[in-house]
Amino acid sequence: MKHTISALVENKSGVLARIASLFSARGFNISSLAVGKTDDSTISRMTIVLDADEKILEQVVKQLRKLIDVIKVQDLTGQNFVARELVLIKMDATPARRVEIMQIVSLFRARVVDVSTRSLSVEVTGDEKKIAGMLEVLKEFGIKEVVRTGRIAMARGDKS
Amino acid sequence: MMSSARLEKDYPEDIKSLTTKEKLNKVLTGNTDPCKLLDEVCDLKKSGAEIIIDALLKEGVGVLFGIPGGAVIPIFDVLYDAQIRFILTRHEQGAAHMADGYARATGKVGVCIATSGPGATNLVTGLATANMDSVPVVAITGQVFTTMIGNDAFQEADIVGVTRPITKHNYLVKDVGELPRMMKEAFYIARSGRPGPVLIDVPKDVQTAETEYVYPEEVELRSYKPVYSGHPQQIKRAATAILKAKKPLICTGGGVIISNAADELRKLVNKTNIPVAATLLGLGSFPGTEDIFLGMLGMHGTRTANYAIMESDLIIAIGARFDDRITGRLDEFAPQAKIIHIDIDPSSISKSVRVDIPIVGDAKNVLHELNKIVDVGNYGNWHKRIVKWKKAYPLVYSDDGGLKPQFIIKEIYRLTKGEAIIATEVGQNQMWAAQFYHYKNPRSILSSGGLGTMGYGFPAAIGAQIGCPGKIVFDIAGDGSFQMNIQELATAAINKVPVKVAVLNNGYLGMVRQWQELFYKKRYSYTSLKGNPDFVKVAAAYGAAGILVRKKEEVAPAIKKALSIDGPVIIDFHIDPEENVFPMVPAGAATNKMIGGMA
Ligand SMILES: Cc1ncc(C[n+]2csc(CCOP(=O)(O)OP(=O)(O)O)c2C)c(N)n1
Ligand SMILES: [Mg+2]
Repeated sequence: MKHTISALVENKSGVLARIASLFSARGFNISSLAVGKTDDSTISRMTIVLDADEKILEQVVKQLRKLIDVIKVQDLTGQNFVARELVLIKMDATPARRVEIMQIVSLFRARVVDVSTRSLSVEVTGDEKKIAGMLEVLKEFGIKEVVRTGRIAMARGDKS
Repeated sequence: MMSSARLEKDYPEDIKSLTTKEKLNKVLTGNTDPCKLLDEVCDLKKSGAEIIIDALLKEGVGVLFGIPGGAVIPIFDVLYDAQIRFILTRHEQGAAHMADGYARATGKVGVCIATSGPGATNLVTGLATANMDSVPVVAITGQVFTTMIGNDAFQEADIVGVTRPITKHNYLVKDVGELPRMMKEAFYIARSGRPGPVLIDVPKDVQTAETEYVYPEEVELRSYKPVYSGHPQQIKRAATAILKAKKPLICTGGGVIISNAADELRKLVNKTNIPVAATLLGLGSFPGTEDIFLGMLGMHGTRTANYAIMESDLIIAIGARFDDRITGRLDEFAPQAKIIHIDIDPSSISKSVRVDIPIVGDAKNVLHELNKIVDVGNYGNWHKRIVKWKKAYPLVYSDDGGLKPQFIIKEIYRLTKGEAIIATEVGQNQMWAAQFYHYKNPRSILSSGGLGTMGYGFPAAIGAQIGCPGKIVFDIAGDGSFQMNIQELATAAINKVPVKVAVLNNGYLGMVRQWQELFYKKRYSYTSLKGNPDFVKVAAAYGAAGILVRKKEEVAPAIKKALSIDGPVIIDFHIDPEENVFPMVPAGAATNKMIGGMA
């Protein structure tokens, strides 16, 4: 099962390496990892998505907590949370097919961010389902490149 | 005002060598010209190298193990005048194991130092060993200039990257201003919570850079707060389970020794009469001489301990982490037991076996609280069953054939009255040392349990002996393992460290040979140590004493002679080459499916 883990860590050099090395050393498999500063610039937030059973997940959370530079770890799975990902997609797009692609883009409330003679780049944000759906539809037109940020997530409500 | 010429004459001593306090005192008592000393006294600036040495002194470090090199010369220059004993080892691996042995034997942080690149990478095995067994060690390494880092400079290795997975934490000091805090944190992290090794990598320019220096009084780490006291509700649940159990068993591990909880464990057993079995690292946490002690658990444990854990209905694991050498086949392990697990490291709980009553906390605190409320249950039948096992399955060996290692260890036990510190190497020697010496006190066996590092025992014994000068320290060695750090004979001899090495010389990488004999049709693929040196001559070459023993009747006189020599001694015991360690749980079998070792 896919789990979304949210971790607050010290914003210091080497912390990302520490976490990455923990995952590889213990054979945990990460689907995605997104990192960014929080409102407190000495702290970063990492959102980690991984495919694991309960037992492995428990170890992942405990091992993360054990790292000296990790301040807080939360498993969001099972809680009510908002998850988003931003994806950039570069399409094969001859002028003749552009209109069709644009229609799909607006249907998914995505945006065109770049156009050239033979290609068209779009930006889309959303949860996993929406992004999978859009990629599926766009596949027909020929995708040249996909760049994804990985999931970021936040608990709903007052809790932080 | 007096002339300065006059002052020079009146106060000729070198004021530089005085501490700030002494200098101030001189000023205050009118013993010197205030103006002359003002600058000196007020100048709090120190170099990185001075900060490191001062921090070591403030942390109470009395001895340092290591080897100098280009990237640590500034530190060694300060060390030259410092009140710290320095032990020059012959290999950095030796230094790391010595710091480890010192720490395990004394409970204090062991410290080692090495230069950049190869010096630092030579520490790796020692740090990994300490990490697996939760030993507080601080390692200081030199690094190339900050401006050169990442350029593949001469003797550059990314030691922080290399040691990340095998240390509790590590630091690269990029600015001398961070050094005081990092030194303070390193010692705090190494010895608090579940202890472990911490490495501090200090570039050479940071060692010479100066900064205003005040050693921090306290550590502020928002992200690291070990939990020491157990949850009262969980402790209550444990007490209830203990009262209800019919076949309880205490499984004591290295954590009991680390947290100095042997007295609390003793009280728990006195109060409840629950039988005790120990892991390898738990030996000594409960006196091995008592009837209620069942011996070691696991692959080469006693039948009694392993049968008991498989039949138990309540396992109380204290500071033990259910290593695979203990559990054997996991899905058949202790099928009827509820498990209470007391451990300071939450990640140890439910890692391999599922735990019913987890208690996160320091063993000493938790046992202290548990002892207040615990009551004895009805374990009469259980005790009877255990007495039966103990009678039927004592540890035995056959006296046929050559000189028996088990006999040698029993003699060492007898002649040291069970009061020695025993370091072990790895292999058969380690298991015989665990089986046939009865450990009465905590910190009396030093063995690489988690990593299984050949070459650990001898340097660890040297470190332990330096930490405990009044004790008898033995390294029970294999001929293979001993040769992995045999160069430290020079360190022992020159420093007059009176460790005794009992080489159980079977001419084989014996434990591997045993597996080949039992599970690989006696195909002894590259396990013969043909070409071993004459260890008596090796001892002599290094200025140590050597004694050769071939026969049973020579054993006791040799040990006595070794004990009478005030210096390092190697006793080369030529033992029965194909003696095996029994009983044994074959790899992957359930813990009660033991083979061998029957009377
Ligand atoms: C550094 C290292 N290399 C290899 C091993 C694998 N190993 C485990 S026991 C053993 C044999 C040890 O031989 P010896 O020291 O003579 O001890 P014996 O078993 O003969 O008592 C070996 C090679 C190890 N544990 N450590
Ligand atoms: Mg051998």
